[in-house]
Amino acid sequence: MTSYSTNEFKSGLKLLVDSEPCAILENEFVKPGKGQAFNRVKFRNLRNGRVWERTFKSGESLEGADVHELDMEYLYEDGEFWHFMKTDGSYEQLAADANAISEAKNWLKPQESYQVVLWNDRPISVIPPNFVELEVVQTDPGLKGDTAQGGSKPATLSSGAIVKVPLFVNEGDVLRVDTRTGEYQNRVAR
Amino acid sequence: MADWRPAAKPELLRLRAETLARLRRFFAARQVLEVETPLLAPATVTDVHIDSIPAELQLPGSSTRFFLQTSPEYAMKRLLAAGTGACYQICKSFRQGEAGARHNPEFTMLEWYRPGFDLVQLMDEVEQLLLDFVPQASVVRLSYRQVFLRHLEIDPHEIRLDALRELAGARLSLDGSALAATDCLQLLLAQIIEPLLPEFCFIHDYPADQAALAKIERDRSGVRVARRFELFCCGIELANGYHEELDAGELRTRFARDRQQRAQLGRTTPAPDEKLLAALEQGLPPCAGVALGVDRLLMLVAGAGSINEVLAFPIGRV
Repeated sequence: MTSYSTNEFKSGLKLLVDSEPCAILENEFVKPGKGQAFNRVKFRNLRNGRVWERTFKSGESLEGADVHELDMEYLYEDGEFWHFMKTDGSYEQLAADANAISEAKNWLKPQESYQVVLWNDRPISVIPPNFVELEVVQTDPGLKGDTAQGGSKPATLSSGAIVKVPLFVNEGDVLRVDTRTGEYQNRVAR
Repeated sequence: MADWRPAAKPELLRLRAETLARLRRFFAARQVLEVETPLLAPATVTDVHIDSIPAELQLPGSSTRFFLQTSPEYAMKRLLAAGTGACYQICKSFRQGEAGARHNPEFTMLEWYRPGFDLVQLMDEVEQLLLDFVPQASVVRLSYRQVFLRHLEIDPHEIRLDALRELAGARLSLDGSALAATDCLQLLLAQIIEPLLPEFCFIHDYPADQAALAKIERDRSGVRVARRFELFCCGIELANGYHEELDAGELRTRFARDRQQRAQLGRTTPAPDEKLLAALEQGLPPCAGVALGVDRLLMLVAGAGSINEVLAFPIGRV
């Protein structure tokens, strides 16, 4: 894999830091007038999302991380792994473990397309689309004649996620949910 | 279509013009002579951490490697040795590889020299100049030792290298094991102490190995310190002044040590500027001199977060 010198650092560049795949968020050039130049770099760890800062002497190099993103279709889970299929016509499948699937497991729906981040061709994280449509599998029935505005109740979706929904939502309804906030958006016609 | 537009807003272009005029008025009122020296010269600085930008110069019958000057210091000292007296220059200076929120590889520098001044008198004059631009500024003076004692509880002149590396490693999340003492100190100053400094503050009496061309003397506690100051304004390193070392032999030794260190770091080793050394052998009048970043002064006055905001065409837009 290629090495990158600090003068090639820019946001978005993916590097190995302490053997972990990371993306540069910010790169600040620091140079006291007569002194050694440094780069103060803010990284996001692409496996756990953790952000941290490191300082490097300018001119130091870091190894690049073979990280890329792929749109893949979710297929099924087998209790241990979540299986995705490439959408490039190859039908090639890859399995994501619990670490990689993380929060995304709340928003999985077969045949839906997800962004899978691969490191050395293995999934390390899964990013759901901003909005997904999921069916309500369980919720208390709204009280008859309840017209109170602003009331809400929990509803369990087909993915297993529990979201707050308005009282008029019924089991079997399909809801549009914002995966970034976990918030109910609206009911969609089936 | 190519992005041809300038970065600086029109009011900042006007602020620059007013600033240059005001600086010239400041020095005219004090009978300091404006001079102009070459930006291209066959010799350059040997500083361990400053790289010059080379340029191939075609002259009748020959082609020679010249360097864009990293500051007008050497040429101005030759003028001083020739008896010019107090002089100042506002010019472009160039540094290889320096680009960031406070750096542009080509920048505007104000440099001036005051025969007969010591470091304190020069700080007084720098303060007056600052007050011309920021009338409400209240400028504090602290020694290098004081700021390290106050903010990191270490004496920068006494601390052992391993303790210093450990501190730098822990405070800055870096691998300190390969760093020189001076790198650790400079980085701690830039990253930890600078943000905690008073809004306007001189730091003076630097460790001897950061002397560059400043005099080294023993301070009151007997430690050898460089008679050098830096002015920090709102976290920006704005000016760097010296009580100038006059001894050619001492400077020749320092240049040789710089070159040795550069060789160890695998960097180019520019030959010492023999014309500067010859001028010093002839005799430089006792003097103090200072360089001030004009673009950074504009950043300060305009409250700009990045040098790019005050340059018509910063390096990314040239």
